[in-house]
Amino acid sequence: MSKRIKVNPIACDGSGLCAELLPERIRLDDWGYPIVDPEPLTSELTKHAERAVDACPKMALLLAKAARAT
Amino acid sequence: MTSAAAHESALDYGLPRLLAGLRPGSGPLDLDTHLAVHGRQPSSSGLIELVSESGLRGRGGAGFPAGRKLEAVASARRRPVVLANGAEGEPVSFKDKTLLRRVPHLVLEGAALAAAAVGAREAFVAVDRAAYEEVEVVSWALDQRRARRADRGVTLRLVLVPSGFVTGEESALVSVVEGGPAKPRFTPPRPFEKGIRGAPTLVQNVETLAHMALVGRHGPGWFRALGTSEEPGSALFTVSGAIARSGVYEAALGTPLATVLAQAGDVRGAPGAFLLGGYFGSWVDPEAAHGLALLDSELAPAGAALGAGAIVVLPEAACGLDQAARVMRYLAAESAGQCGPCVHGLGAVAGALESLANGLGDSRAHAARWLEEIRGRGACRHPDGAVRFAESALTVFRDEVNLHLRNRCGGRRGEFLPTGGSVR
Repeated sequence: MSKRIKVNPIACDGSGLCAELLPERIRLDDWGYPIVDPEPLTSELTKHAERAVDACPKMALLLAKAARAT
Repeated sequence: MTSAAAHESALDYGLPRLLAGLRPGSGPLDLDTHLAVHGRQPSSSGLIELVSESGLRGRGGAGFPAGRKLEAVASARRRPVVLANGAEGEPVSFKDKTLLRRVPHLVLEGAALAAAAVGAREAFVAVDRAAYEEVEVVSWALDQRRARRADRGVTLRLVLVPSGFVTGEESALVSVVEGGPAKPRFTPPRPFEKGIRGAPTLVQNVETLAHMALVGRHGPGWFRALGTSEEPGSALFTVSGAIARSGVYEAALGTPLATVLAQAGDVRGAPGAFLLGGYFGSWVDPEAAHGLALLDSELAPAGAALGAGAIVVLPEAACGLDQAARVMRYLAAESAGQCGPCVHGLGAVAGALESLANGLGDSRAHAARWLEEIRGRGACRHPDGAVRFAESALTVFRDEVNLHLRNRCGGRRGEFLPTGGSVR
């Protein structure tokens, strides 16, 4: 089952760590909040994504099922 | 301004439906009058099937099929509750308030029937606490229903909710009923899965519930006698702005915009633009609006949608860009303040529109990028609705933008579109 990155925008306070740990899928907007690419994660990226999820100080980063094709 | 025109003559067979029995300036219909106008209260058994077959879609703005929502809540494992959404925080809509104030029993009956149909014992009726008259009328109607034991097995409870644009968002409304702030929640789970105190919650707009009470009586065939097969039935439209008689009008879906405007006494002078679908809606220029029928399928190519049925006529003399900037500033201020992209993004877009409107510089490229980036990044749809509004403003008022950049706009400025409170 492939996964994608998802943000809980209420919990997120824009620390920006995720974009440093997973620049392949996450960039920051002008205010430091993540803009996530919903593209499914490759198996190689999944490892990095999990690290980003664990690193988020607000636990605002989630791995979700990649249901949508974009 | 008044919505007394609401009762006025039917345009088509079968109208008015929701507003039947009202006379100009008449007070709310009491229980006996309501039953005399519409007939005996129907049974709730089979209601879900009837509503599904009727093709009724939610009238709160999102247009979700009402039958499917009923089915989802009815098939949940826990006992569900019903939440009738009469919050109506949209400043250019007052059709829900009109229903609550003039035909409260139709709404309450619909809520009680929906509750019985899905197996709920409780139905909350959420009304803006600043809508004093509506609160009073609903309490009065509830007393009548209790005294007459009209809704056996279901307890209806009035809940006063804070005013505000976001209050009516369904997860925010659930939070308010639980005693929390009027702020949306991160979903899923959505309220139909897990809502008030964890119970599956049927959140339904009050107009949708009123239609259900009639579908329960007359059936899906009757409902479908108006409208189209994809968008059946009638709907309420709030018409305001440069129009002779601002008010709430009931029309069949598919009615030409021009017909509804004529019902409201016609546009005063030449229209500058139409705002269709309220503040989450889209601006449409008069040429594109010409010949348009009130159907989502017809509005979609013009980039618009009916939403909750709010139609505003901007006079030609007013500066559309100035109005758009003011509304955008209002929408930014109405953010629940929870999500970064909404808090910062909407304010930035409002600033960009103000900058254009005040001839301070060409902020279009910034605005376009922000709008692109904001969409889909809130916990609720508030930022998406505001983005749609701003994008359509930049498209429809592009000539005004060019005039402003050269300080050549002669349009009238100042508050025309309401930003706070109701237009009533």
